[in-house]
Amino acid sequence: MIAKIAFQNMLYRPLSWLLSWLLLAAGIAIISLLLLLQQQLENKVTRSIEGIDMVLGAKGSPLQLILSAVYHADSPTGNISWKEARPWMKNPQVAQAIPLAYGDTYKGYSIVGTDTSYLRFFNATPAQGRVFEKNFDAVAGANVVSKTLLKLGDQFYSAHGKEDAGEEHRENAYTLTGILAPTGTAVDNLILCTIPSVWAMHEHHGEEAGDEHPDDASEKAVPLQEKAGEHSKDHVPTEEHHEEEDAREITALLIKCRGPMAALTMPRMINDKTKMQAAVPAIEINRMFSLLGVGFDGLKKMGWGILLLSSFSVFIALYSNLQARKYELALMRTMGAGRFKLFYLVLLESWMLCFAGFWSGIVLCRALLPIISGAVEQSYKFTLDRIAFVSGDEWKLLVATLMLGFFAALIPAWKAYSMDISKTLSHA
Amino acid sequence: MFFTKGLVFSYNHSTRFQFADVHANAGSALLITGKSGSGKTTLLHLLGGLLKPKAGQVVVNDTDMAQLSGSALDQFRGAHIGIVFQQSHFVESLSILDNVLLAAALAGKIPDKTEAIRVLDALGIAAQAAKKPAKLSQGQQQRANIARALINRPALLLADEPTSSLDDDNTAMVADLLSELAERYKAALVIVTHDQRLKNRYATSIELD
Repeated sequence: MIAKIAFQNMLYRPLSWLLSWLLLAAGIAIISLLLLLQQQLENKVTRSIEGIDMVLGAKGSPLQLILSAVYHADSPTGNISWKEARPWMKNPQVAQAIPLAYGDTYKGYSIVGTDTSYLRFFNATPAQGRVFEKNFDAVAGANVVSKTLLKLGDQFYSAHGKEDAGEEHRENAYTLTGILAPTGTAVDNLILCTIPSVWAMHEHHGEEAGDEHPDDASEKAVPLQEKAGEHSKDHVPTEEHHEEEDAREITALLIKCRGPMAALTMPRMINDKTKMQAAVPAIEINRMFSLLGVGFDGLKKMGWGILLLSSFSVFIALYSNLQARKYELALMRTMGAGRFKLFYLVLLESWMLCFAGFWSGIVLCRALLPIISGAVEQSYKFTLDRIAFVSGDEWKLLVATLMLGFFAALIPAWKAYSMDISKTLSHA
Repeated sequence: MFFTKGLVFSYNHSTRFQFADVHANAGSALLITGKSGSGKTTLLHLLGGLLKPKAGQVVVNDTDMAQLSGSALDQFRGAHIGIVFQQSHFVESLSILDNVLLAAALAGKIPDKTEAIRVLDALGIAAQAAKKPAKLSQGQQQRANIARALINRPALLLADEPTSSLDDDNTAMVADLLSELAERYKAALVIVTHDQRLKNRYATSIELD
């Protein structure tokens, strides 16, 4: 019956609990949102760099190179010469090397020229259709089709640079030959094709280089240079063709080293001795996390601040409610309720409030997640999972909330416990 | 039935009460009157086990409450004593019916809805059973108070100024109800009051000074 009284009491004077409940819900929602975002960010980011020991690219900011070559979330630092890069692919210390040539986009999604080893590296398999075989075949990541409404067999034109309104390459059209299954990595947001396709797109560009460059501060990729002599567009280049390609450029080379020693010594050597830079993803991402971590931690502290405030408001609500109900409580004592029952009643009210506030906060967080993930997708092309279930950290949050509820109730419950019945009733 | 013997109580060094022995049998009534400050409320609280006497006995149904303490006292009180207060106090968030059932539950008995409605009916407020106390008139509230006090068939029914805040009509009704129900449920009724209107209704009365 005590539980019934506690519950009815919450409903009888809802306004006195409203503020506490709102504050609780807000604090929980913020913390839970941050926990989810941080967890997903870390997961996705870490998954994308797995197996990549270093990235070769043009000299510049190493973090920009990683963001650009691995996540395609930033503009490249420039291009590197194919002639200078290719020997590194055959280096005995290198276990695997994947070349990338990019800079163009379709409706904001990066078009990346590479070879099929890229797909194998990220465990990307076609859910529909097939991977690229000829030049101008294109394969799209899982998220691309839902946003761009491309279907198998569709033809499309790429645009120069990252902006949607970049100059379109109308000379050649890509054909969508396959759609990939989701990988949970940056691949989901990419369109992949062969490297010569990308080279061919820019075949004519060299002539117009001076006139038609978009006046765009974010566009840093230098147009690929035109090669002298013919080059067939219709087949994937093999080793025999590299003399023709020597004058070509690519944007980056993803490298997996043969051993930990190589992973340590090669970047140094490349940075010091060549015109390229080698950035180590793990180092740059850690640096980025420590920057972001500061942001997440700061926001989480704010969330905890709100929770503490809400716990204080629960205390105030309980205390003032107690004053109003002292006769009622004294009456319960005369009816046979022991001191501890009253203590328990106050405690139960606090816990019911905290419980309600907690679940409201969790629901609020889940309601906000689609909105926030929509905004993040717009700006960063980074998709968030819509998790329905409460993650491990959130159970800890529940325990913390109930403990806050306990401490908020302590003083009012003690007051109820130690009440002098006779004195209270005499002042009726 | 109940009786007291040699009750002594003091709030502090200056205020000390020495009460004459009182008693009442099951089904009969006792009126205790006196000026304010004469210790009426103190005596009532002693009879109800809400205060512990300095010396003396308060025996209800052969149990000396002065010897009990803590939860034993609480439970005894809940099961054997019903108290009707001047200002009706209820658990505001519960309905009248739930308030009555609460009295049974706290006394360790199984709440019997039918019995509760029967008692409310005996007091003429069965129709208000589902309403919250705040919605009842004063007279109705006082009657609900009595129902709550009677649900456990207490041996001792105490009433502290039960009619002082009621008008004449309600006073008559409440006084009648108290006597009638005390008799019916075989409770010893003790009314502590300074209300003149009640003075002539009861055969046995004691004046405190």
